[in-house]
Amino acid sequence: MPRPNRRASKEEMKASVGSLGRLFKILFTTYPIQLIAVVVLIIISVFANVQGTLFIQHLVDDYIVPMVKNHSRDFGPLAAAMLKVVRFYVIGIVATYTYNLIMVYVGQGMLRKMRGAMFEHMEKLPIRYFDTHAHGDIMSTYTNDIDTLRQMVGQSIPQIINSAMTIIMVFISMITLSIPLTIVTLLMVGVMLVVTANLAKLSGKYFMQQQKDIAAVNGNIEEMMNGQKVVKVFNHEEQAIEKFTELNEQLFDSASKANSYANIMMPANAQIGNVSYVIVAVVGGALALSGATGLTLGKLVSFLTFNKSFNMPINQVSQQFNFIIMAMAGASRIFALLDEEPEVDDGYVMLVNAKEENGQLTETKEHTGLWAWKHYHAAEGTTTYQKLTGKITFDDVDFSYNPDKQILHNITLFGNPGEKIAFVGATGAGKTTIMNLINRFYDIEDGKIRYDDINVNKIKKADLRRSLGIVLQDTHLFTGTVAENIRYGKLDATDEEVISAAKLANADGFIRKLPQGYDTKLTGDGANLSQGQRQLLAIARAAIADPPALILDEATSSIDTRTEKIVQDGMDKLMHGRTTFVIAHRLSTIRNSDCIMVMENGRIIERGNHDELIAEGGKYYQLYTGKIVNA
Amino acid sequence: MVSKLLSRVREYTKYAIATPLFMLLEVAMEMVIPLLMASIIDKGINAGDMNHILIVGAEMLVAAGIGLFAGIMGGKCGAYASAGLAKNLRQSMFERIQTYSFANIDKFSSNSLITRLTTDVTNVQNAFQMLLRMGTRAPASLIVAVIMTITISPKLSTIYLTAVAILTVILVIVMPMTHKRFKMLFERYDAMNERVQENVSAVRVVKAYVREDHEIDKFSEANQNIYRLSVRAERLIVIMMPTMMAAVYTCIMLLSWNGAKMIVDSTLTTGELTSLLSYCMNILMSLMMLSVVFVMIMMSTASAQRIVEVLDEEPSIANGEHPIMEVADGSIDFNHVNFKYNASSEDNVLSDIDLHIKSGETVGILGGTGSAKTSLVNLISRLYDVTDGNIEVGGVDVRNYDVETLRDQVSVVLQKNVLFSGTILENLRWGDPNATEEECKRACEMACADEFIDKMPDGYNTYIEQGGTNVSGGQRQRLCIARALLKKPKVLILDDSTSAVDTATDAKIRKAFREVIPGTTKLIIAQRVSSVQDADRIIVMDDGKINGIGTHEELLANNEIYRDVYESQTGAGTGDFDEKEVDA
Repeated sequence: MPRPNRRASKEEMKASVGSLGRLFKILFTTYPIQLIAVVVLIIISVFANVQGTLFIQHLVDDYIVPMVKNHSRDFGPLAAAMLKVVRFYVIGIVATYTYNLIMVYVGQGMLRKMRGAMFEHMEKLPIRYFDTHAHGDIMSTYTNDIDTLRQMVGQSIPQIINSAMTIIMVFISMITLSIPLTIVTLLMVGVMLVVTANLAKLSGKYFMQQQKDIAAVNGNIEEMMNGQKVVKVFNHEEQAIEKFTELNEQLFDSASKANSYANIMMPANAQIGNVSYVIVAVVGGALALSGATGLTLGKLVSFLTFNKSFNMPINQVSQQFNFIIMAMAGASRIFALLDEEPEVDDGYVMLVNAKEENGQLTETKEHTGLWAWKHYHAAEGTTTYQKLTGKITFDDVDFSYNPDKQILHNITLFGNPGEKIAFVGATGAGKTTIMNLINRFYDIEDGKIRYDDINVNKIKKADLRRSLGIVLQDTHLFTGTVAENIRYGKLDATDEEVISAAKLANADGFIRKLPQGYDTKLTGDGANLSQGQRQLLAIARAAIADPPALILDEATSSIDTRTEKIVQDGMDKLMHGRTTFVIAHRLSTIRNSDCIMVMENGRIIERGNHDELIAEGGKYYQLYTGKIVNA
Repeated sequence: MVSKLLSRVREYTKYAIATPLFMLLEVAMEMVIPLLMASIIDKGINAGDMNHILIVGAEMLVAAGIGLFAGIMGGKCGAYASAGLAKNLRQSMFERIQTYSFANIDKFSSNSLITRLTTDVTNVQNAFQMLLRMGTRAPASLIVAVIMTITISPKLSTIYLTAVAILTVILVIVMPMTHKRFKMLFERYDAMNERVQENVSAVRVVKAYVREDHEIDKFSEANQNIYRLSVRAERLIVIMMPTMMAAVYTCIMLLSWNGAKMIVDSTLTTGELTSLLSYCMNILMSLMMLSVVFVMIMMSTASAQRIVEVLDEEPSIANGEHPIMEVADGSIDFNHVNFKYNASSEDNVLSDIDLHIKSGETVGILGGTGSAKTSLVNLISRLYDVTDGNIEVGGVDVRNYDVETLRDQVSVVLQKNVLFSGTILENLRWGDPNATEEECKRACEMACADEFIDKMPDGYNTYIEQGGTNVSGGQRQRLCIARALLKKPKVLILDDSTSAVDTATDAKIRKAFREVIPGTTKLIIAQRVSSVQDADRIIVMDDGKINGIGTHEELLANNEIYRDVYESQTGAGTGDFDEKEVDA
């Protein structure tokens, strides 16, 4: 199996950094005022905190010692100082609470925005995207990757701002006390940064690798759990465990290393901070004792306190590194989704409800059952209407999903209004592909597809698809009630319309037997229904949409033939007067078609109605008599 | 539950024990270093004693060195212990799941098992690491600080106690609320994920109905719900920080005021007050850390619970005392079998099935949707166990066989079948790991899979994507049949396995069965009459009961359902192609 390289490459790192930049840009443009407020509040809170620290430093020297010396019991000055510092404390607490609260809204708002943007963009992506990307990977962008952002926006950012502010304030205080000692402290900070950078690099490398290994393990878990029954049937448990063990070990390897380096960062920096303290004490002590630089002992003691409070925020920032690295990886995957090319739609012909007045078609808002194509001719600035009839033609169409493998060759066909066109042929002959082209799930390479003599490229995709009802072999239902699922075809349908659509599809009977009838909740893609029942619902959903043309891709394949016979009546009613494209392997479904296309290897090899094709005695005859050529 | 999880630390126990020890050493150094710092200030700098600064400085460097070592080792061991626990939990669960019967799998559902193996394990891993490191560190420094405080001044230490009491009350009130709000949030997450999942898998429906905007609206609603609930939950969490700060500041104020009084009264020294103030910070930092650990553990208990459920689940099907390791032949006997999936449900899914199939016979099974055809065949290879009666294969009750032996000899092609990521050959060799390429090709010829495989650029080495998405439904079915054939079973069961295969190919496959493996008992579930009509006998199922058994002609003559199905498929009156085949 061609497993992707486990080690994160330089390019990936670079791309991740770029994604982080984009993320920040979005963050700052969405919440400029809030973020400025947060920065201001953090400055206030840090300032208030420093005042508190200063008070403790001065408590003994400035208030208690004088009292002891003078044997005075006058607590007035102390009380006054305390009152002053209480004010700072209150301001500090309020500021801290407020900026944390704002960050909750900013952080969650940002996540909501990113999720919304992803979903909205995803809805615009072409079918090709979904056909070529593992669904598990797409899902994990919404869950795991978004999660990494939460940690970073909610915690890392305020922490970093806070630490930066503290560092600046302490730095200014240090400079005013002693420049040489500040230089010593900075040198040690340099050491700290080098150590942190190196650890972060190591840890980052393993974190990236860990993310990849997690993806591999999760992918394997997903595959095996979904295929667990097959594993049982083939007694394949041991081999399954073997493969899983290998991936699991790899994950352990990267996870334990990544976490080790991450865990080392804090103690390492803390101890470097202690070393820094000792060096400052020694150098400062020497300077103070020599009396050369005007550094007093009192100043040295203060400086040492600042040295301690200077190292702490640096240590705190270093702890956020892992979150940032993970967020970088997450952000790059999120932006990869957001950067996918959306479906192009250059169409301008629209589908409108129409009514006929004095032989003239006019547009109307009401549902008339009469549809028209609305052309706007930019050159003349005029609008014309053309009645929708449902004539669909393919003119010498070629198509391939991948450039290296042509699927359809020279397809030419015509579906006249109200006709039923059937496609038959072996699996893989290209029947479903033709359906994918009519409603432009995929675009053709060569040739033309016309709908009422209009090139389908000129029709707005939404309008084109609205004009075509579609029922697929793999039925998909949505979480919601049965009624809601049927109503999916026409969102403003009344209850009566829903029920009559269900009756038409012969679904009414089983729906009424469900615990809550039409209000029964469906979950997990309708897992509580049988495959056949789900297909009936899908047919009802298409019926309620009342589209001018229909595409049925093995729409009744899972319905047993007795039920199908009953559904068939409904289907016939549904198909009446509409151009219908049918793919089926059941004779009963296609026999009464106006025209049957027999496909083989992406070509139409025979065409005609049932009787003609049988008379011809070719492929169609073979397919449906089960007689094998060389039998 | 906890011991169950902890027992999975296994070979990483030494790391799990070492971590807190190293953390304690680190805490000890953290306590020593401030004392040394104080000594540098008091006796060194203030006394102008450079020598003292150098000596204590050196001592401090040693302490820092030890602290560094302890910190690194603690971090490393913590990482190994927790990553190890995660690895073992995943492994144990995965292995456990491999022993599950179909009933066990149904109970959990695949999706739930996936979440348990992934997200839940990660939660427990993080909580465990937190517990090992912060969970030792915080109480240790808390205890040390409290003891020091009491030794310095029992009277002033009561100030902490009040602060601690207030904090505890707030924690006790806030925590359960937080827990509740987070739980609600997580439920909404599931709903949102489902929304996304649906849109990804049903994208064709969404696009065909032009419902993109409708879906975006629905998603926005789910998204907004998450936002609302997250904010609600996190708003509680951000209360903690200012509360802690208020407690710290209150303590500092009270200490300063009372301390000042005591100093003036000469019952406390200034040095002692300074120490008390710094211990105050220590205590409250530890409390803060503890509360974080607490939240983390609370959030992971639900996950731990879900993991233990998987580990505790007893496989409902296991080998008996002396399992029989050989299946004599492919005869199958159902002796008055009743079956229901759930012991508590009232109605039987299958009732009073009495059926005897000879070795080498080909039996077709036909019946409407929901007539329990699949349930019937699933009992043969003991995918489920019967409720009443018994089933014999080769004259022996299936429950007396070694399960693996039985399933090797009774090969089922499931209705909902999957291929796995890997080459076509690798997938085929699921049937027989030692099959030569030649044997694989022969199986594919029988299943009519060779024609499309040969056309693929890499032939038998073509890589199948996860879930077999790069082959069509009919191709997938044929590969699955080939895979089952490679087992060379005594009984072969096809559960609607050719529904996506065209009639001609279907006929070709059945012809190959007839000619190449005549000795194998074949059970074919189908919806097409043409798929079963040449079988030796056909069983018509209706509502969990056998409605009729016989040959095509017999059933046509005296079984109403069969005649109905047959006519609906051939279209009485006009079509007569299937008749022709019977004649042929």
